[in-house]
Amino acid sequence: MTSLPRDPGPKKLGLVIDLDTCVGCHACALSCKEWNAGGVAAPLPDWDPYGAEPDGVWFNRVHAFEAGDGADGRTVHFPRSCLHCDEPACVTVCPTGASYKRQEDGIVLVDEDLCIGCKLCSWACPYGAREYDHDAGVMKKCTLCIDRIYNTNLPEAERVPACVAACPTSARHFGDLGDPESPVARLVAERGGYDLMPEMDYRPVNKYLPPRPKHDHAASGPGSAVSPVTEPEPEGESRFLRWLDATLSR
Amino acid sequence: MHPAYSVIFFTTASGMGYGLLILLGVLAQAEMLPASRLLGLASLGIALSAVTFGLLSSMRHLGRPERVLRAYTQWRSSWLSREGVLATMTYVPAGLFAAGWIGFGDVGGIWRFCGLAAAVLAGCTVYSTGMIYATLRPIHAWCNRWVVPTYLSLALFTGALWLNAILLLFGHATAAAPLVVLLTLLPALYIKWRYWRFIGSTRATSTPETATGLGPIGKVRLLDPPRTQTTYVTREMGYRIARKHAAKLRRYGYVFLFAIPFVLTVAAAGTASWMAAGAAAAAALSGSVGVVVERWLFFAEAKHVVTLYHGAQAA
Ligand code: SF4
Ligand code: SF4
Repeated sequence: MTSLPRDPGPKKLGLVIDLDTCVGCHACALSCKEWNAGGVAAPLPDWDPYGAEPDGVWFNRVHAFEAGDGADGRTVHFPRSCLHCDEPACVTVCPTGASYKRQEDGIVLVDEDLCIGCKLCSWACPYGAREYDHDAGVMKKCTLCIDRIYNTNLPEAERVPACVAACPTSARHFGDLGDPESPVARLVAERGGYDLMPEMDYRPVNKYLPPRPKHDHAASGPGSAVSPVTEPEPEGESRFLRWLDATLSR
Repeated sequence: MHPAYSVIFFTTASGMGYGLLILLGVLAQAEMLPASRLLGLASLGIALSAVTFGLLSSMRHLGRPERVLRAYTQWRSSWLSREGVLATMTYVPAGLFAAGWIGFGDVGGIWRFCGLAAAVLAGCTVYSTGMIYATLRPIHAWCNRWVVPTYLSLALFTGALWLNAILLLFGHATAAAPLVVLLTLLPALYIKWRYWRFIGSTRATSTPETATGLGPIGKVRLLDPPRTQTTYVTREMGYRIARKHAAKLRRYGYVFLFAIPFVLTVAAAGTASWMAAGAAAAAALSGSVGVVVERWLFFAEAKHVVTLYHGAQAA
């Protein structure tokens, strides 16, 4: 049913992605690909994987952006996947009922047995979260690892999306964003988590946490953890004293 | 947006077919339609084959065409589904209209109302096609008030060109048909001109800053794309056409779609010679070429906001 659930439940499962701690290692994207190549949306095809023009379906992709200029500039690693929007036009445009939003937890899914591969949903998504599988002739997208988070065959600690489990810096958090008391909702409130392209009015469930403000090293004066590389090379005694100082203060 | 030929052919051919069907229905209602069975065969034949080939071509765009019947189910929420339902419903009165006209040589009485019903449903179908595009918020060049009028006015205008040509070819010269051409040309030209002015002077509100939320830090630019080659999303949504090519194609669009048909229609008006029929047919062919150019640009010039994640600075 591609009408949105008439009375959406209170539960809104989703991700909170911390742009401050993400180091852009792509572990989430790879882990997603690995799990989903055998999960409910399987197979996740690759075409010409070792050739000149490798191509394939991925649910999660990691960009890197530069924001600002000069000393105030930042490099920000930016993972992007389906945001499981509250007002997902990708669902309402679907002519077949293949795309739907679950009433019980807000997850947006594609029923591959109903999809005719018209691709309209991918046009309707502002975030580029849907990728077409031209082998199967159907649309594919992130399932929020529906086959992990409710999977009672997995130990409880592993019942999180594969991307969350894989992240080495814990930049990805999974939980119920519909519950203001949940750890993820509190994290969003504390850190000023925000929506991507709020002007589109899709009301994404997933939130992004902004990079923390930079430390002002110049203001922190001597004893700062990082010495400027332009400092002249210390000589003789002073060099020894410095070594001593550094060793003793370990 | 990637200009897929199947969709371009579908929207232009079926648009012309529905436009012709609307005009035939309206003329029947106004009792201005000659009851000649040959004329019925030619005009409804052309209208319904254009619609049918268009619909079949659009199915080539699907990954699983064998499941197409599923697309009738979501008419409550999806304009694409509504388009499918209305397109199919149109065949019923259009078929009856054809039966009356071609079978019994009669375009009056009950058949007249079948023609009118076909015209109304055809209009609703073209409206739904326009709405599919006009409701896609991520695409600024589509989600605006000029898009549905463009689809409707061009369907009527290209339909009128073919109507005029068919009437002249079958020896039914009237003053009304060239007049209909000119009356449908004017709004189509005005709307297309306003549309191009609109997309040339406005931008999507989304920017790389809103797409990433990093605006508070400063100007945002892509450092590293998340891929080494193109992906489905960059190919489908990231199609780009150079501004100077677009400007040239717009000029071709104006010439083939409006200028040539205008001159030829005026030249052919009021005469019934085979020369006039040839001119009207050439006008219809030129208009059809022009509308394909117009539709190709409608896709190629449209930018999707997802490109902001892939290096575009505006959409
Ligand atoms: S991110 Fe895109 S695919 Fe996911 S729910 Fe939102 S609109 Fe739909
Ligand atoms: S591609 Fe499949 S899921 Fe997407 S709109 Fe078409 S039928 Fe629905």
